[in-house]
Amino acid sequence: MQFSVEQAAFEVVKRAATVLPPDVVRALRDARDREEEGSNARMAFDAILENVKIAAEHSVPICQDTGWPTFFVQHPAGWSLRRMRREIEAAVARAAGEAILRPNAVDSVSGKNSGNCVGIGIPTIYFSEVDGPGFRIDLLLKGGGSENVSGQFSLPDRTLEAGRDLDGVFKVVLKAVFDAQGKGCGPAVVGVGIGGDRAHSLSLAKKQLLRPIDDVNPDPRLAELEERIKKAANELGIGPMGFGGKNTVLAVKAGYAHRHPASFFVSVAYFCWASRRASAVFDAEGNYRVTQ
Amino acid sequence: MAIKIATPVPNDTIASLKAGDAVLINGIIVTARDMAHKYLVENFVKTRNEAEAAVLEKLEGYLRNGIIYHCGPIVRKEGDEWRFVSAGPTTSIREEIYEADVMELFDLAGVIGKGGMGPRTLEGCRKNTSVYFHAIGGAGALIARNVKRVVEVIKPEFGTPEAFWVIEVADFPCLVTMDSHGNSLHDAVAAESKKRFEELLKG
Repeated sequence: MQFSVEQAAFEVVKRAATVLPPDVVRALRDARDREEEGSNARMAFDAILENVKIAAEHSVPICQDTGWPTFFVQHPAGWSLRRMRREIEAAVARAAGEAILRPNAVDSVSGKNSGNCVGIGIPTIYFSEVDGPGFRIDLLLKGGGSENVSGQFSLPDRTLEAGRDLDGVFKVVLKAVFDAQGKGCGPAVVGVGIGGDRAHSLSLAKKQLLRPIDDVNPDPRLAELEERIKKAANELGIGPMGFGGKNTVLAVKAGYAHRHPASFFVSVAYFCWASRRASAVFDAEGNYRVTQ
Repeated sequence: MAIKIATPVPNDTIASLKAGDAVLINGIIVTARDMAHKYLVENFVKTRNEAEAAVLEKLEGYLRNGIIYHCGPIVRKEGDEWRFVSAGPTTSIREEIYEADVMELFDLAGVIGKGGMGPRTLEGCRKNTSVYFHAIGGAGALIARNVKRVVEVIKPEFGTPEAFWVIEVADFPCLVTMDSHGNSLHDAVAAESKKRFEELLKG
């Protein structure tokens, strides 16, 4: 039997918009403690942490840019995708009506805002069928500023002397973080997608942002790459908001896919410090809990 | 210790601010982002659209020696009153092609945003005695608490994020990152990080 998902999707949206996941808060606190007392970076972190506290206590959006809602839905065989989509869209529209989401759907041709954060292609929903009765919804709310500094590279990159290997990946991802400076509201969680066609590479990078900040990549080659990029990025000195400081990224998360012999795409999904995500996990009876 | 300033801000106060100074902004400010900047430049800078003259007059009342805030807020209507729910800064660099002209149009004291701006705006700051105030990006809930009152909304047809929201703020915390003497903290951080980046690439 297919469950109704509208209420769960609404609660996931509300949680993600107003409460930062505990692993992100911990990472921000640790980052704050590493900055010099009296520095602009320390001041920025203090404001960020105060903001996170107020948002959670009063159930108001952490950031006014509640982003582009991107849902990842795992569902059992035989469920209607159209019905799930309708229900999720209704949940998003309701959240916009209750000032939990900003109306972020603008008609690209006419320039008119749809007013309810629903439109052509928004929200983004990735469906995947899984074995058994399992059902879950994962959501990312990623703002426009951080999306604008995200991007894609094609290896080899001559200007960076970046070849078609993990060292080349390291170089282009570091370039993306350098280019972003303070514009993407760092310190960032950086998702990296290696390989695939152009479109898959970008969605793979974004999907990495669902991972908790403190997890370790099960692939030791990628775990090493993630640490290498993080360490180097934090030596750039860009700091929170681009004010200068020791914390430019909070974490790097990389995933890979096979690639065409002629192509080697590397995509970078730059997530602002307000790395907002939440999930609803259902049991076989249709009861769910919202987690982060 | 943060420096308190209130709008309208006299030129000599603005001239005394230096990149790196922490400030607390008080008084009336006006939100404006992409559509608002495009509208201002197309109707009042490049040409003079008499049909929109009333809007300009109204904005001048708030913005002469005033402050524009790059922000697309989340708002809620409570009875007849609008309330700001979450209202952090948006990325300012998108207004780089417009900002120097808008500074001149209103003789602005400054703009508030995030991420910093480029050479045209830095020159605009010098020419018009204006500064760039950097707010804390993402701190929407915190900054909404500094908004005491929504005075009015101009051009609501632009949509909530893009309309001109005239608001009164109290002790809105910012960092001056571009001053009226040609100094930019963003340029300094970019230059330093470029050196580090080039070293890291070499390994």
